[in-house]
Amino acid sequence: MKKAPRILMIGVILVLALGLLAGCGGQSPASDSEQKQEDKMKVGFVYVGPVGDAGWTWAHDQGRQYLEKQLPWVVTSYIENVPEGPDAERVLTQLAEEGHKVIFATSFGYMDYVIKVAEKYPDVVFMHCSGYKTAPNAGTYFGAMEEPRYLSGMVAGKMTKSNILGYVAAHPIPEVIRGINAFTLGARSVNPDVKVKVVWTNTWYDPAAEKQAALSLLDAGADVIAQHQDTPGPQQAAQERGKYAIGYNCDMRQFAPSASLTAPIWNWGPYYVQTVEAVKNGTWQPEQYYGTMKDGIVDLAPFNDVVPQEVRDLVEQKKQEIIEGTFYVFQGPIKDQKGQIRVPEGGKMSHEEVLGVDWFVEGVEGDIPK
Amino acid sequence: MTWIGWEKRLQPSPWMAVVVPVLSVVLALGLGAIFLAATGFDPWKVYLSMLKGATGSKYGISETVVKAIPLMIASLGVSVAFRMLLWNIGAEGQFYMGAFGATWVALTFPHWPAYVMLPAMFIVGCVLGGLWAVVAAIPRARWGVNEVITTLMLNYVAILWVDYLVYGPWKDPQGYNFPLTAPFTEAATLATIPGTRVHLGLLFALTAAVLLTLILWRTRWGYEIRVIGESVKAARYAGMNIERNIILVMFLSGALAGLAGMSEVSGVTHRLQHGISPGYGYTAIIIAWLAKLHPATVILVSFLFAGLIVGGYSVQTMGVPAATVSMLQGAILFFVLGGEILTRYRLHFGRKEVAR
Repeated sequence: MKKAPRILMIGVILVLALGLLAGCGGQSPASDSEQKQEDKMKVGFVYVGPVGDAGWTWAHDQGRQYLEKQLPWVVTSYIENVPEGPDAERVLTQLAEEGHKVIFATSFGYMDYVIKVAEKYPDVVFMHCSGYKTAPNAGTYFGAMEEPRYLSGMVAGKMTKSNILGYVAAHPIPEVIRGINAFTLGARSVNPDVKVKVVWTNTWYDPAAEKQAALSLLDAGADVIAQHQDTPGPQQAAQERGKYAIGYNCDMRQFAPSASLTAPIWNWGPYYVQTVEAVKNGTWQPEQYYGTMKDGIVDLAPFNDVVPQEVRDLVEQKKQEIIEGTFYVFQGPIKDQKGQIRVPEGGKMSHEEVLGVDWFVEGVEGDIPK
Repeated sequence: MTWIGWEKRLQPSPWMAVVVPVLSVVLALGLGAIFLAATGFDPWKVYLSMLKGATGSKYGISETVVKAIPLMIASLGVSVAFRMLLWNIGAEGQFYMGAFGATWVALTFPHWPAYVMLPAMFIVGCVLGGLWAVVAAIPRARWGVNEVITTLMLNYVAILWVDYLVYGPWKDPQGYNFPLTAPFTEAATLATIPGTRVHLGLLFALTAAVLLTLILWRTRWGYEIRVIGESVKAARYAGMNIERNIILVMFLSGALAGLAGMSEVSGVTHRLQHGISPGYGYTAIIIAWLAKLHPATVILVSFLFAGLIVGGYSVQTMGVPAATVSMLQGAILFFVLGGEILTRYRLHFGRKEVAR
């Protein structure tokens, strides 16, 4: 009965002190502004990574902030780091329960949960990014990232000296395969000797694993690293080795100033505004939106200073052709890895074929797990 | 000349065992409050919303229970091994093997009715989880190979094995190459309480807790486990078979973790997928430790942890970043584990002559 109470006393005093401190924080004014918030339309976002990933989730969060800025009658909230599993169902339910009228779920693996929760909340509009299942109150949205990816492939094909490009890829799903194909087609359009080596990380977000995968590609002789990952990890690997890299999601030059050549990027903001306005006006339909470079939802980030004018002009010209519709990324002739013609001269891959693609084009070195 | 140091308590006082953990949680929340206030949030509101998210509604409670089920079962498994000073760090891998076994049954015999299917999944899940633990138990029993290392390493093997399956041969043909198996048939899914996701696994957890309590304190085997945990020498002197007990207890421990995996695929996800466990097996270790390896306490602490996870998501809509929430969860652990030491040691100031 001697020492124990003293320790306890110290503890109690600490708790009281902390409580006091915390209490002070609690008295912040929160009356007026909150009242107004009640009348606003609540829009919720579900993110697979943290908003600070400097890539995929960051790009979506830029869109969210744009939405809030453009539409003063909208208030947004988000939940980040939500795994693509049973947790997603609870998080979606929570957002619906809290009165969010539109909910954007921004990762492929949320698909079945979106459909399930949408059934329970018919008055809430659910928008699922990159999926293919819809419901009367659930649509999907995505963009033709293959267009800027093709252009970024042209840059890589022009800048490589070893003629080996490395591609750090997340999951072997059509979205990623499509990007690898477009990148390879772009690179080989300007440099037919190019090979694209692919490494799967099996994760969207893992800065260390992404970087490690990039290093293994650099070790294998690649001198330009492209990526379908959520963070600038692969860019940083290229920077460290004094090689080049092509970013993704957003302009990643600040993380790898001399390595990052350009990046195919997302610009979600205008689409978010358009969708939320449509919901408010009652004109929203459960569509499967697939925006293009012409719509501005996808684009190519500014070039690094090291990219020569000749290359810029070439890419810029192709970009115009894409926007004008005179050039289509997946137009024939396209051969697969075995050299078999998959799309004949003059032919085109249909939208459905593009969305479900499960084979690599010629020039890709890597396997798709079957 | 030590002016400050630790001194072992000869008799840990029982009331400290209750007061210290509670005080630790309060302190952690206090520390968290400072951070929250400093970053512009109202700590009371955040805590209140966390509590409300986890337990404030029928839905919240049901979701917390859903989250608690795998933690409870896996943690019961960990605690029984720890009681014998067998450091089974492999609950995560045993969880995956259990999920794998159950899925194998569900995918291989899709035509089986529920009354055959579910018991089969149950048994195969338990046995595979148990055997996975025995892989580490045998070298430990025979040659004294450190089970911390082996069980930990086997986690990676199990996770990669499941990844191989969901990315390869077991991939859902309709899944657009996404790493998940085809959904189970109705017969392979555990019954749920209507309107919630709470499944039969809860019953598994509670039954396991009762059975473990009975085994440990009412059977000869349980007595042996406890004696070996206190002193191997004494146990050997008393003629107890240490090797056999190591293998049996590790099997039981792994079987429970495997059951957690089975109940998660059969009760919640209804399919096997990449990342089926967001670290349940590791969290189970912390829970077992905090619960002082006591089955009833494990149930309680699992519920608290599940509440922290569920409530952690729900405060994010207030603008609290996920990182702050993880920090809060970490602070609670840190303080509770730190406080633990006070129940067994006391701090003394100045030089003292103490008979040790």
